[in-house]
Amino acid sequence: MVRLSLAALALALTSSTAFAQTEVTWWHAMGGELGEKLEEIVATYNDSQTEYHVTPVYKGSYTETMTAAIAAFRAGEQPDIVQVFEVGTGTMMAAKGAVYPVYKLMADMGEAFDPSGFLPAVVGYYTDTDGNMLSMPFNSSTPILYYNKDVFAKAGLDPEVAPKTWEELEAFSKKIMETGAAPCGFTSGWISWAQLENFSAWHNLQIGTKENGFGGLDTELTFNGPLQAKHWGNLKTWQDSGLFQYGGPGGGADAPAKFYTQECAIYMNSSASRAGVIQNSADFEVGYGMLPYYEGTEGAPQNSIIGGATLWVLQGHDEAEYKGVADFFTYLSSAEVQADWHQFSGYLPITKAAYELGQSQGYYEANPGSDVAIKQITLNAPTANSKGLRFGNYTQIRDVIDQEFQALLAGDKTAQEALDTVVTRGNEMLREFEATNK
Amino acid sequence: METKRTTFPNSPLPYILVAPQLIITLIFFIWPAGQAVKSSFEREDPFGLSTTFVGLLHYSRLFADPDYLAAIGRTAVFALAVTIISMGLALILAACVNRLIRSGTAYSTMLLWPYAVSPVVAGILWWFIFNSSTGILPYVLSYFGVDWNHQLNGNQAMILIIIAASWKQISYNFLFFLAGLQSVPQSLSEAAAIDSAGPWKRFWTIVFPLLSPTTFFLMIVNLNYTMFDTFGIVDATTAGGPNQATNTLVYKVYSDGYIGLNIGSSSAQSVVLMLFVIGLTIIQFRYVERRVQY
Repeated sequence: MVRLSLAALALALTSSTAFAQTEVTWWHAMGGELGEKLEEIVATYNDSQTEYHVTPVYKGSYTETMTAAIAAFRAGEQPDIVQVFEVGTGTMMAAKGAVYPVYKLMADMGEAFDPSGFLPAVVGYYTDTDGNMLSMPFNSSTPILYYNKDVFAKAGLDPEVAPKTWEELEAFSKKIMETGAAPCGFTSGWISWAQLENFSAWHNLQIGTKENGFGGLDTELTFNGPLQAKHWGNLKTWQDSGLFQYGGPGGGADAPAKFYTQECAIYMNSSASRAGVIQNSADFEVGYGMLPYYEGTEGAPQNSIIGGATLWVLQGHDEAEYKGVADFFTYLSSAEVQADWHQFSGYLPITKAAYELGQSQGYYEANPGSDVAIKQITLNAPTANSKGLRFGNYTQIRDVIDQEFQALLAGDKTAQEALDTVVTRGNEMLREFEATNK
Repeated sequence: METKRTTFPNSPLPYILVAPQLIITLIFFIWPAGQAVKSSFEREDPFGLSTTFVGLLHYSRLFADPDYLAAIGRTAVFALAVTIISMGLALILAACVNRLIRSGTAYSTMLLWPYAVSPVVAGILWWFIFNSSTGILPYVLSYFGVDWNHQLNGNQAMILIIIAASWKQISYNFLFFLAGLQSVPQSLSEAAAIDSAGPWKRFWTIVFPLLSPTTFFLMIVNLNYTMFDTFGIVDATTAGGPNQATNTLVYKVYSDGYIGLNIGSSSAQSVVLMLFVIGLTIIQFRYVERRVQY
């Protein structure tokens, strides 16, 4: 009784006309500029029709959102839609009784749905071995390189040329520091995602056996090869000389500020950091480039892999709500909404139609650098090493990557030792996941 | 000879009177603890869809895991450091305030403020002060040749959480020490003073032994505080890093269970923690209490 009246109260508060509408809840992890844009997209949908009302709820970081949804599921209070980041994909896919696969939802609800309209590089990540799309792509990104054109000019570098290779990046950074244009060469968000996973894919190096985990749960991590070790070793050397500044574990919370305050001239982070970069770079001009690679590496540059998140539908709701979810998904993946979201945020256009719409609008010509991400991800046809990764317990393994990287920077371990430990500890977690999901 | 005994022949009254307390204990303590014990013997997927009994697997893994053993040592260092620092400083402050007659209340009020600050806010406060790029203390320390970077230096990260946790606990300890000091009869000190004992000697031979019940009580409370209540501080300042340098037992329960979704192992860890605290309390009561004068 108390719960009923509370629910009624909540409904009355969220919308005055909500009584006649079906409520759909969407838990998401988009804060700041992206969160505001997301709410705007939802508001437009709510105003466009009267049957359904979508309520977006911000639940904190990706990890927090996912664990909150899982805890809610166990308590029977789960939302209809939850946004889960790409490293949670393995866990979600294994939870067969908890998720309502998107292809099935769309078919059950009689909603028109064409998976072939999505970009293969994006959809491949979220498709099961039978070719069925399990979650709805919403925000996919890939790490790119941002640089401060003003600092480049001050250091006597060509502000229109981004460093293409790590050798160039090192030389540019040295020049920037020697001329006093900026006290630091570069920083990076997401060490795990940008400087290990994408680094491997970009150099066409294996991340794990069984096609980076796509081929089965009995996969093992293999990203402790000589080139990865060389790169981590360099990062340590550069950190010691001040050329590189570490931005912290996870997303690297301190990295953006280092770039915004013009302390570091070059910055690697998600293409979706673009909205934040534009908003925070009023004092200088920003240039965009692809990720650097090591000169002379065979097959490099290959193509980068995606990050970001997709929307998973959870079991345990009424059909009326699922009808609303299906209707909302159709709206969300329409070319107009997707093109708007992509152009605002820097996330990849996830459908071909959205990309083509942007081209016909002349958006990419008017905004140089805005298509770096999509060009980088489609640079070459993906190989088994570069089509993505799919590992269970990967949230934990990402933590291990951060921990060992910190051990390297603190001087406790060499790069090879740190990476070897990541692989050993990570493989234990993969075996645990395999045993749990047999 | 007849002893006077009060009995409640077959009355339901005593049961009714203790029932609320029993129900609360059962629902909020015994039942969750039982659930933790149960899931520590199981392997379960995060969504709770499939469960298998694995016996003592989680426990045997834990004690073979060097990370876990390191966390035990780390927690001991943390708990002892916080207890000693916060109790030591609180005793000094209480002894000082106890000598003041009129301004004592004003000082007490101010010294109590940190206790009203929630652990997370306290953590963030110290995180700001010690932030390696924008904080005030690293800036000051750099003049003394100290390169403060708790994001990479594990020892500095540990010092940071010790300071933050101690700072918050000083108020609590101060309050108890002050009350304890005020109940020490003035006449004893005065008598000793007549026998020409200096303030230092008076404090250590008269006041401190009389304070021992308070000290003993605070020791237990502080050890339990650092074991269980410091989660917010760790989460807000270092999140267990760098490279697990501040990953204490209670934080590990959270990071393995909540972030890592490994519920079985996380439950086993909380059971170990529970046994640990039970054991600690028994030892303290049995052996330490005997030597404490009440």
